[in-house]
Amino acid sequence: MTFFLVSSFIKMFVVFNLIMVGVAMLTLLERRVCAWMQDRLGPNRVGPQGILQPAADGLKNILKEETSPAMADKTLFTLAPLVSFVPALVTFGVIPFASPLPTRWGVVPMVVADLPVGFLYILAISSLGVYGIVLAGWASNNKYALLGGLRASAQMISYEIAMGMSTVAVLLLAGNVTLSQVIAQQQHGLWFVLPLTLGFVIFFVSALAETNRLPFDLPEAEAELIAGYHTEYSSMKFSMFYIAEYSNMVTASALMATLFFGGWDIPFTHWDDTGDPTVLKTLLTLAAFSLKTFAFLFTYIWVRWTLPRFRYDQLMALGWKVLLPLALSYITILATAIWFIRVQIGWLYGPGMALILLGVNVVLLVALVWWLDRGRIVSGIAEEPA
Amino acid sequence: MSKRVVELELATPGVDAQGRASRVPLTADRAPEPGLDQEHMLVNIGPQHPATHGVLRLVVELDGETVVRCIPHLGYLHSGFEKLGEYRHYNQIIPLTDRTDYLSPMSNNVGFALAAEKLMGVEITPRCTVLRVIACEMSRIISHMVWLGTTSIDLGAFTPFLWAFQQREKIYDLQEMWTGARLTTSLTRVGGLLADIPDGFVEKLRDFTKTFPKTLGEIDRVLTRNAVWAGRTQGVGTLTAEEAINYSLSGPMLRASGVAYDVRKDKPYLGYETYDFDVIVGEHGDVFDRYLVRLEECHQSNRILEQALDRLPDGPINVDDPKVILPSKTLAMTDMEAMIFHFKQVMEGVKAPVGEAYIGIENPKGELGNYLVSDGTAKPVRWRIRPPSFINLSALPKMAEGHLLSDLIAINASVDIVMGEVDR
Repeated sequence: MTFFLVSSFIKMFVVFNLIMVGVAMLTLLERRVCAWMQDRLGPNRVGPQGILQPAADGLKNILKEETSPAMADKTLFTLAPLVSFVPALVTFGVIPFASPLPTRWGVVPMVVADLPVGFLYILAISSLGVYGIVLAGWASNNKYALLGGLRASAQMISYEIAMGMSTVAVLLLAGNVTLSQVIAQQQHGLWFVLPLTLGFVIFFVSALAETNRLPFDLPEAEAELIAGYHTEYSSMKFSMFYIAEYSNMVTASALMATLFFGGWDIPFTHWDDTGDPTVLKTLLTLAAFSLKTFAFLFTYIWVRWTLPRFRYDQLMALGWKVLLPLALSYITILATAIWFIRVQIGWLYGPGMALILLGVNVVLLVALVWWLDRGRIVSGIAEEPA
Repeated sequence: MSKRVVELELATPGVDAQGRASRVPLTADRAPEPGLDQEHMLVNIGPQHPATHGVLRLVVELDGETVVRCIPHLGYLHSGFEKLGEYRHYNQIIPLTDRTDYLSPMSNNVGFALAAEKLMGVEITPRCTVLRVIACEMSRIISHMVWLGTTSIDLGAFTPFLWAFQQREKIYDLQEMWTGARLTTSLTRVGGLLADIPDGFVEKLRDFTKTFPKTLGEIDRVLTRNAVWAGRTQGVGTLTAEEAINYSLSGPMLRASGVAYDVRKDKPYLGYETYDFDVIVGEHGDVFDRYLVRLEECHQSNRILEQALDRLPDGPINVDDPKVILPSKTLAMTDMEAMIFHFKQVMEGVKAPVGEAYIGIENPKGELGNYLVSDGTAKPVRWRIRPPSFINLSALPKMAEGHLLSDLIAINASVDIVMGEVDR
């Protein structure tokens, strides 16, 4: 019991700090990557290659004067950053990030809390994040903030459904909502991205929308709403929204790696998931997990600095008219296919089943892309002039 | 009587969505305004807002996020240039023209100088003509680059902005080489130019004309066939050719609506009829077509620049008339006659005969007109600018009403306003 408590506490501490440092580095990475895309240098003055820039930014934000609007609802105004900050961090708790670590006192699973309800917990907690944004928008007593908050709530609720639906496919295949079991399944067969390609596409798009990143950053659309829901925030409160956004990115990337890319699994070998746990295995799997997460984070940044922003109605149309029906019909088709393979053919999940499902997915994906490309999704709202 | 009616009573005139005269408040009221408890919400966009390109203020009445009415309030950057001009010699007015459309100063300089020369009946030299064409087309490129960059930012694409601004920097370097100033160039003088181009200018500009299309191609690739970009801009802010003409629009705004009117082709000046370039015409008159027209115009400007560099003749840049052109400093110090002319010009200015002159040139933003009335002295009695972006802006409420707030931003960006010129 003592061992459990102590190891859990240490894990919490380490994970929390890693995420905070990761978020700090991510802000730097974002600025350096976008600078790279835009033919410029980016921040490189503070420390070698600007590595201390996040520290300088953090210090600046702490030292800045904090203002709050006179007509704002003080309690909610203060509460909002916390409400958006905490869920962003708490969700990471159930994601396994490496193979178990052997210690003198016993084997420590490398996940803060391997909840049996794993994924349901993530869905539940990540929905809480929207409260922070809506409260911020409402409590600021500012029209721009209000519009931003409203947009955020509509957007996050819409895309949450599509996101949840796309993960149902994962759960169908894994037969379990515990994330460590989801990973174990993928280690024995193929990564779920192959049998569930379309599910991954839906999840990725929804995750972009969930984290309010371009092209879905309407709640804070700079050109329209100044800064959206955090227009009135300054100093550390603003920072907390910022950190929340980036930790959401980290969590979403980690989740994509876990659900679709085998989590901490090292591909093409069973060395990492069979036999006794060793420290080397833990370290290497941790590296594999970080690398996968990093790849998604990089994609996030890449997408952000490439695409323009959607319009509000287009965003809603994409969420409700495309992603949701798509996710629903996808589940139906996939459930049928899985039932057929499991019950009629009698295979369990393995490479054979994965490849058949991959075939199904490729057909669906081609059909989808062909249909999307008909110009029905994003189009102008006015009629063609006569 | 509701709060809103009182506000409307007290305010400045405007026209509502149905074209009826109505009023909106000029100053913010301390008491709560139409807010959550009512159907519509008044949102004040600007004068300090990231997407109003300066100090434009738009009072927008929103129904949800749909624009019911949009009323531009102007004048935050009013400098009284036209009135100031009445107290300046013709050559002293030229620095004022830098500051009207400050995104294409050289082109403004040329426009004013042409009007003054028309008033005085001065014929400029062939080299000066070609150099002025180069100045105009350089201005067009930087102005369109700023437009492209800021519009893409307004629509959320940040990266093309920096690509565009890098090209603009190159032209700014050239302007600095030529005139010593990057922004306030004051390039022209009545009857000539401030200075001839320096050594190395032609090579540097040639280098630019070779590398510039590559950046245009990159911007084209990242935006034109981008579904999000097309979705945000196609069918937004549509104006038919008829409406565009009725609103007296000019420049890319007019051409995007399908009217092939380009001052350079239709009322040629500076020998534009001898250059080989195309007038770019859109067909839908929406934001997307305005984008395409401007993008393609950059290619055409590049073509004109290449042709102008090829034909650039040698010879003097100033007319040989000591009553119009200042003698060189050395000559003024050594030659008696030159000193007298120098003194007379500095003290009295260049006199224009009694009469009036108007000349319109194709500025990047539309037809820039300069109208001068002279009573025979060295200062104009009246100097009037036809500001293209002011007139183009007048169509904004028409285009924006019924669209979403996000579209209003896109439409406003597509007008390509520069407040220095709108407010003058």
